[in-house]
Amino acid sequence: MNKSFVSKITLPIISAMIALPGIALAGDGAADATGAAAMYIVNNTWMLVATFLVFIMHLGFATLEAGLTRSKNTVNILFKNTAIISIGLLTYAAIGFNLMYPGDFSIGRFFGFSGFGIGVSPEKMMVAGDNGVGIYTYWTDFIFQAMFAATAATIVSGAVAERIKLHSFLIFTIIYVALIYPWVGSWKWGAGWLDAKGFYDFAGSTLVHSVGGWAALAGVLLLGPRHGKYIGNSIKPILGHNMPLATIGVFLLWLGWYGFNGGSVLSADPAAVSFVFVTTSLAAAAGVIGAMILSWILQKKPDLSMALNGALAGLVGITAGADVVSVMSSIIIGLIAGLLVVISVMGIDRIKIDDPVGAISVHLICGIWGTLAVGIFSTDHSFGVQLLGVIAYGVTCFVSALLIFFALKATLGIRVDEEEERAGLDVGEHGMVAYADFETKSV
Amino acid sequence: MKKIEAIIKPFKLDDLKEAMTALGVQGMTITEVKGFGRQKGHKEIYRGSEYLVDFVPKVKVEIVVEGDMADKVVEAIMESARTGKIGDGKIFVLSLDAVCRIRTGETGKDAI
Repeated sequence: MNKSFVSKITLPIISAMIALPGIALAGDGAADATGAAAMYIVNNTWMLVATFLVFIMHLGFATLEAGLTRSKNTVNILFKNTAIISIGLLTYAAIGFNLMYPGDFSIGRFFGFSGFGIGVSPEKMMVAGDNGVGIYTYWTDFIFQAMFAATAATIVSGAVAERIKLHSFLIFTIIYVALIYPWVGSWKWGAGWLDAKGFYDFAGSTLVHSVGGWAALAGVLLLGPRHGKYIGNSIKPILGHNMPLATIGVFLLWLGWYGFNGGSVLSADPAAVSFVFVTTSLAAAAGVIGAMILSWILQKKPDLSMALNGALAGLVGITAGADVVSVMSSIIIGLIAGLLVVISVMGIDRIKIDDPVGAISVHLICGIWGTLAVGIFSTDHSFGVQLLGVIAYGVTCFVSALLIFFALKATLGIRVDEEEERAGLDVGEHGMVAYADFETKSV
Repeated sequence: MKKIEAIIKPFKLDDLKEAMTALGVQGMTITEVKGFGRQKGHKEIYRGSEYLVDFVPKVKVEIVVEGDMADKVVEAIMESARTGKIGDGKIFVLSLDAVCRIRTGETGKDAI
C-alpha cells in the first residue's frame, strides 16, 4: 500500500505489454501510448476487484464474530458490523482519506490534513506511477483505502462482544476510524516519519491489524470479562453458538485477503500480484497447521476454533511482508503465527482477559509478529526500525483507545447492566432476536 | 396397566424402537432431556479450557402397556439400550390409574 512501491514494479509489465503484437508495436510512439492506456485499464480493473474482495471481509468478520459468541447476542453483533462498515466509508470520505494521505505534512512528518471531503479535477483523475503509466483513478484510490478503514473497529467489535453498550461502541468507532486510524496510518502509507526511517508494512500487519488489536486490548481491559467467564481461579468457557458460521467467516476473510494483500501491490503487475497470492496462501495454510498441531498437543483434541484462528493468524502475519519475503519464509511466518495464536489465546485467558473471538491474539499478537518478521526474513529491512514502528503504533493506539473508552466510561458508560447481559444484548439493545422461529438453548 | 419410563443414550433410540415394535408395543412418546447420575457429567474442551458438561443429553421414552407385558418390555429395553459403558441410563416402572383415548372416549386397556 506504500505508493512509492508502485513505480518499480509496473515497469516490467508495461514493457511486456508493449512487446505484444496486436496490442502495440514496439518502438512506435503512438503504440506506446495505446499500450500504456491498456495497462491503465488493466491496473484499475484489478484494483476495483481487490476493493470488492476487501468489502466481503466485513461479512467474514460479522459471521465469524456471530459464530463464536452466544445466540442471544447475534443481532447485536450483526448490527455492529453493519454499522461499522458504513461509518468507516462515510468518515473516510469526510476526513480519513485526506488525513491518511495528506500530500504535505503540516507538523514535521507527523501530522497533515488536506481538507474535508473528496473530489478531483478531470486532469488529475489518473494516478500514475513514476513512469507516467496510470495505475488507478483517484476514485479507485479512495475506495480501495476506504474499504480498509473500518477494519480497525471491526477487530475491536469481536473482543468487546456480548457486553458493550451499542451507542458507546458506535461513538468509539466514529472517533477511532475517523481520526486515529488515518492519522497514524499517514506515518507510513502517507509518507510520514516512519516511512522516512524505512519502516515497512506492505498491507497492514501493524497499520490495520495491530491498530485494531491495541484498541481491542484497551476496550477489554476497561470493560472487564463477561459474567460467568472467570469464577474464582477457574475459567468457565462460554461456547460459541455456531461453528459453521464461524467457518464461513474465516473462509470469507481468507478470500478477501487476496484483495487486501493482492490489491496492496497497487497495480496489476503480474509477477508482483501472483507472488503475493502465493505467500498469502501459504502463510494462511501454515497458520492452520501450526494451530492444529499445537492445540492437538496441548488439549489432546484438535480444536476447530483454534484452526480457524490459525488461518487468520497466518494471514495477519504475512500481511506486512507478503511482497518482500521468500516463499519458504512465508511458510515459516505463517507456521509461527499459528503457534503464537494458540499460546496467546490460552495465555490471555489465564490472566483473565476475556476476548470471545481471539481478536487480540490474532490481530495484535500476530500483527506484531508479522511486522517484526519483515526485519528478520527480509534483508532489505532493519529489525530495529520494525521494532520502533511496533512501539510507536503500540503506544499511540493503546493510549488513544484507552482515553476514548475511559471518557465514554465516565460519561455514557460502556457496559450493559448485568441483567441485560444475562438476557442477551439482542433483546436489551435491539428488542429483537436472531432466531425467532428456532428453539434456542435454555439451560 | 403400567407406565414405563426409560432414560437412555440418544443414539440407542432406534434400537429400542425396533425392539418395542418386535414386541408389539403400539406406541411411545419420547422427549429430549438432560441430566446426570453417578457419572456426574463429562469434560469437554473449548479454546484451551476444560469445562464440565453437568447435564448430559439423554432421551426419555415413555411407554404404556398392560400389566403382564411390563416385564417383557423392561427386559427388551435393557437389552436394546445397553452398551455396557457408564451412562446407559435407567428404567422406571409406574402403576397407572387410568388411560383415555381422546378421539373415541375409550378407557382402560382399550385405550392403550
